[in-house]
Amino acid sequence: MSAPEWPLWEVFVRARRGLSHNHVGSLHAPDAETALRHARDVYTRRQEGVSLWVVPASAITASSPDEKDPFFAPAADKVYRHPTFYEVPEGAGHL
Amino acid sequence: MDGLPEEALRARFEEIVAADGRIEPRDWMPDDYRRTLVRQIAQHAHSEIIGMQPEGNWLTRAPSLKRKAILMAKIQDEAGHGLYLYSAAETLGVSRDELTGLLHAGQQKYSSIFNYPTLTWADLGAVGWLVDGAAITNQVPLCRCSYGPYARAMVRICKEESFHQRQGFEILYTLSHGTPAQHAMAQGAVDRWWWPSLMMFGPPDDESPHSAQSMAWKIKRHSNDDLRQRFVDMCVPQAEVLGLTLPDPLLRRNEERGHYDFGPIDWEEFRAVVRGDGPCNRQRMEHTIAAWEEGAWVREAALAHAEKQAARRPPAAGEVAA
Repeated sequence: MSAPEWPLWEVFVRARRGLSHNHVGSLHAPDAETALRHARDVYTRRQEGVSLWVVPASAITASSPDEKDPFFAPAADKVYRHPTFYEVPEGAGHL
Repeated sequence: MDGLPEEALRARFEEIVAADGRIEPRDWMPDDYRRTLVRQIAQHAHSEIIGMQPEGNWLTRAPSLKRKAILMAKIQDEAGHGLYLYSAAETLGVSRDELTGLLHAGQQKYSSIFNYPTLTWADLGAVGWLVDGAAITNQVPLCRCSYGPYARAMVRICKEESFHQRQGFEILYTLSHGTPAQHAMAQGAVDRWWWPSLMMFGPPDDESPHSAQSMAWKIKRHSNDDLRQRFVDMCVPQAEVLGLTLPDPLLRRNEERGHYDFGPIDWEEFRAVVRGDGPCNRQRMEHTIAAWEEGAWVREAALAHAEKQAARRPPAAGEVAA
């Protein structure tokens, strides 16, 4: 265990055209190019994707994990952002 | 975290588990929950990696190009499964190297089943049908495990494992319906692998001290004995289709229970193999340690290359700085 570990990369796969990339897991690789090759071998052995992203795990900034965090609170009391908040009079059709 | 008192954090954790929600990596979790998961996921990952050895034993001697290509794909899957699982374990704050080190030092285990040898080509059939079959029985409920990354890894693994089980079944079916010698080879393999496969579910419920806590945490969803029974019930009709018998004179349908009764398991053998006295324990460990040590120069060279390349151009975010 003398050499340091290869850095960690997060892997995102676009399953097919028209869909966004989704996170599928992580892997270790010495550089971005190798990370892409490893990602192909580890996460797309059965044609699970048409495009791959690899992102250094250290480059991700995450919000706090606690779901009750006030960070998300501002959205909680704004029901008027949803169309179902509004009453539509009869006869208005597809509004 | 967030200055909340531990009781509040614990209550939140228990609320999520009780509601069948998922615990995610950066959530607060009890230390024992984290430790249990690290131990279980690491053991699972090590099993996938060590499990490549008994299969690799037949790679150069597979009876046809088709079977060789299929076996190669299966072994690649095992490596992939190991990697999904190490990746899940790492979300709990342990490093990959740490886990590898613990395996090599004998401080973390892998499934005892891989300490049995694959003596004939038919053994690969039995490994696929019985060992992978038992693994699937164990793993399907883990897709609903309370720890998100583990559950997600298990979903991928279970999808891929079903090819493994069918591949094994097909090997046995072909041999069983071949020449008398091939049939005997298939029967011999099933005779060797049946009992060790039943041991894969772990000790009986009354001797499995951690089971209750794991079930309360919804890491584990069914008891060892329940899963073992489910496996036996599944195998008996399949053995009939194969035209092979299972090596247990006490195996018979119990209409009252609606299950198959089966004979006593030799737990002394199980304990001996876990202790390190199985047929291949030493070989498996020596091989995996040698592979790690002999690959060290590749890991170092790749890192050195990456550092050199990075030094030659403006570094991208997150790349190893030289």
